Amino acid sequence: MIFAAILAGGMGSRMGGTDTPKQFLTLGNKPVIIHTIEKFVINENIDKTIVLIPKNFINHTKDLINQYIPNNEDIILVEGGKTRNDTLMNSINYIEKNFGIDNDSIILTHDSVRPFVTHRIIKDNIDAAKKYGACDTVIPATDTIVESINGETIESIPVRDYYYQGQTPQSFNIRKLFNLITSLTEAETNILTDACKIFTLKDEHVHLVEGEVTNIKITYPYDLKLANTILDDNHD
Amino acid sequence: MINIVYKLISPKFFEEAIDEIELDEVVVRPTYLSICKADQRYYQGSRPAEILEEKLPMALIHEGIGEVVFDKTGEFKSNDKVVMIPNTPQGDDVCQANYSYNSKFRGSGFDGFTSDLISLKSDRIVKIPDDFNPYVSSFIELISVAYQGIDRFQQLTITPKDVLGVWGDGNLGFITALLLKDKFPESKIIVFGKHVDNLNLFSFVDEVYQIHNIDDDLTVDHAFECVGSVSSQSAIDQIINLINPQGIINLFGVSEYPVPINTRLILEKGLTIQGNSRSDRKDFIGTVEMLKQNPKLFEYLEKLVTNVCEINSLDDLKQAFDKEYISNFGKTILKWNK
Repeated sequence: MIFAAILAGGMGSRMGGTDTPKQFLTLGNKPVIIHTIEKFVINENIDKTIVLIPKNFINHTKDLINQYIPNNEDIILVEGGKTRNDTLMNSINYIEKNFGIDNDSIILTHDSVRPFVTHRIIKDNIDAAKKYGACDTVIPATDTIVESINGETIESIPVRDYYYQGQTPQSFNIRKLFNLITSLTEAETNILTDACKIFTLKDEHVHLVEGEVTNIKITYPYDLKLANTILDDNHD
Repeated sequence: MINIVYKLISPKFFEEAIDEIELDEVVVRPTYLSICKADQRYYQGSRPAEILEEKLPMALIHEGIGEVVFDKTGEFKSNDKVVMIPNTPQGDDVCQANYSYNSKFRGSGFDGFTSDLISLKSDRIVKIPDDFNPYVSSFIELISVAYQGIDRFQQLTITPKDVLGVWGDGNLGFITALLLKDKFPESKIIVFGKHVDNLNLFSFVDEVYQIHNIDDDLTVDHAFECVGSVSSQSAIDQIINLINPQGIINLFGVSEYPVPINTRLILEKGLTIQGNSRSDRKDFIGTVEMLKQNPKLFEYLEKLVTNVCEINSLDDLKQAFDKEYISNFGKTILKWNK
């Protein structure tokens, strides 16, 4: 089976100025998270879309889904965890308990605040996860990357051609992902900020899928303002 | 739902734009598209400045096929291969939808097919078999224009169809001549063109002539003008001279110029001039059916596939348009991965 996991566990601490998590703010005429969920539920290659939500927002999300995407049995709400990894594990545990995990099952994990993901990116993720077992959506870095350990002076300036900016989806063979996560030491778990890193830590191959410059993450108030402006422009 | 559309912002400059589409009918993912001269005129900026000002930014391309992603009406299954109809009627009219002032046309009045997804009414797509050649299928729209013109010609004609003349050795001339040969196997099909290399590709017709080297006693019963542009005038003039009384002149060629025509001879011979542009649903259905019945047509139509460009980026799209611009024959196909 093919699953999508929309990761909306975060509380939007970087957004500032509002108590509403950023995935629930309005983009155009719908909440950001609804735009994001729509991208996955219209894709009939995806069997179930699991939305991982902070506990106190589950009812709110349920109401929104009933309002905007009614009568859809393929959307499942599951409580998110403390960290991104915990949230990811919750989705895997849910899948194992309710559907079972066979050797071909894959999961596409996607930020709930990336509503501009394209059908093409999702398709390429499905294909790459099936073929390679793991993939990450990236775009070539356009800014020069500067490394500084102490935050005051430059340590090094890596060759930009070798660097990419990570987006989502990140997609995996679920069995492989599950085995790798459960084999992590505590020290390894503590430095994990990214699901693909689980694979690289264990020297497993992660394939690159080409992202889009438009596949932005709505992190700061500026991002939402920008996204709304672009949408408005095209409605004029 | 949010959708990413790749629009021509100004001549030779494409950019991503974000749009919203309704999930009320069908959503299609484009797979193979084909560049038309009309797209090229926008890309090169050769349309009048006020037209460019009015229509851009706009996504180009009105010829293409795709796969159904989602269909609320339940008529189509996900992954069904379909050809998309660019003509979009906005209500009923007394004339055919492709001639109605009320119709909108993709890549002209509103966004064409260069986007992540396309939202269409279910009657704006026609299913095609999985084994149809995707390159040829990408320009079914162009084939349906010839189909539509021939269909109307058939309804109008009263004199014999023994000799049918096609003027123009480009893509539309090729398709029109091929369809005429298929539809009227007993008729003699003669093609009149300028370029020997192109004319050599018309192996399925009865005779080809270079326009400056025609037998003195040659006549045709009816004519199909597929020339357009600056050469419209000379082509129409030659047709009026060679056509038999009460023949039909079917015009297909687009010209930006007001073309003077010999009305005296039109009156003397009692000629009918019929204009043809675009096509509608029944022509798409007819074309798909014709290709199903006669798969051999694909072998000939494949000759028109001169460039196949994989489009992974807007730079690729630009290069494809540049490549198309310098080709003097054939279609440039876009394998749409963007």
